[in-house]
Amino acid sequence: MKSAVIQLPGLNRDRDMIAALTKISGKAPVTVWQTETELPDVDLIVIPGGFSYGDYLRCGAIGARMPVMKAVAEKAAKGVMVMGVCNGFQILLEAGLLPGALMRNASLKFVCREVKLEVANANTAFTRGYAPGEIIRCPVAHHDGNYFADPGTLSRIEGEGQVVFRYAEGTNPNGSVNDIAGIIGEGGNVLGMMPHPENLIEAAHGGSDGRALFEGLLGKAA
Amino acid sequence: MIKARIIVTLKNGVLDPQGKAIEGALGGLGFSGVGSVRQGKVFDVELQDSDRAKAEAALKEMCERLLANTVIEDYSIAIT
Repeated sequence: MKSAVIQLPGLNRDRDMIAALTKISGKAPVTVWQTETELPDVDLIVIPGGFSYGDYLRCGAIGARMPVMKAVAEKAAKGVMVMGVCNGFQILLEAGLLPGALMRNASLKFVCREVKLEVANANTAFTRGYAPGEIIRCPVAHHDGNYFADPGTLSRIEGEGQVVFRYAEGTNPNGSVNDIAGIIGEGGNVLGMMPHPENLIEAAHGGSDGRALFEGLLGKAA
Repeated sequence: MIKARIIVTLKNGVLDPQGKAIEGALGGLGFSGVGSVRQGKVFDVELQDSDRAKAEAALKEMCERLLANTVIEDYSIAIT
């Protein structure tokens, strides 16, 4: 699987993502700086977590308007797999590649802890490595992960199975509506999620629950 | 030169935890009777253009494309 990791000033989880992709796919991803207007021919594009542009204006708002995001949108429209984690999810929403918005955590506090996730839809390229309804562990670290969508959008994404991960067992860390932790776009090839699967892929992380996400993708795009 | 003030606020029905926290703090300071507080953003923008109609159109586009996230926010533009 060939992959690319997008880099913007202020993103700081790119190294974790690069390490995870390298370890699991056996191939180091290409890194692409924000000013690039074209992307290499890859199977998967990842926007990692962090604090692009210092979270100025709104989380991900400025990053989403950088030239590279136009190229990401073009690739997404062609069916290339795109995944945004944490700030990457915020950027995908701000870029209009996924519906809804992420707001300040209901607690107003930055949360950095482990949560439980329910695989709400295992029938996607990103979640095929899990069983339907499986509960997995996953770390979160964010200040603005409180997913919101207007009632019409919410019922549409719920009805279409676009909610793929939900916080489970009372671990919703941010007040997110319907415990939403991750969603996919209508085409099924764009995923945004607040938790960090790349930080739970090997024994040294204390578990490998996040690994199946990447391995599932690998099966799809190998 | 044209000066404008843009106010961005959360839409009705969108929960505002920061506004809620401020509301609680005001109560703590002894301000009674505060019904609710909603937090927003103010942008003061100076435009080199002096054509008011063009400025208004440009400001609206700025709001739509960057200053406001219209999924959750409303905006108003006042040219001063």
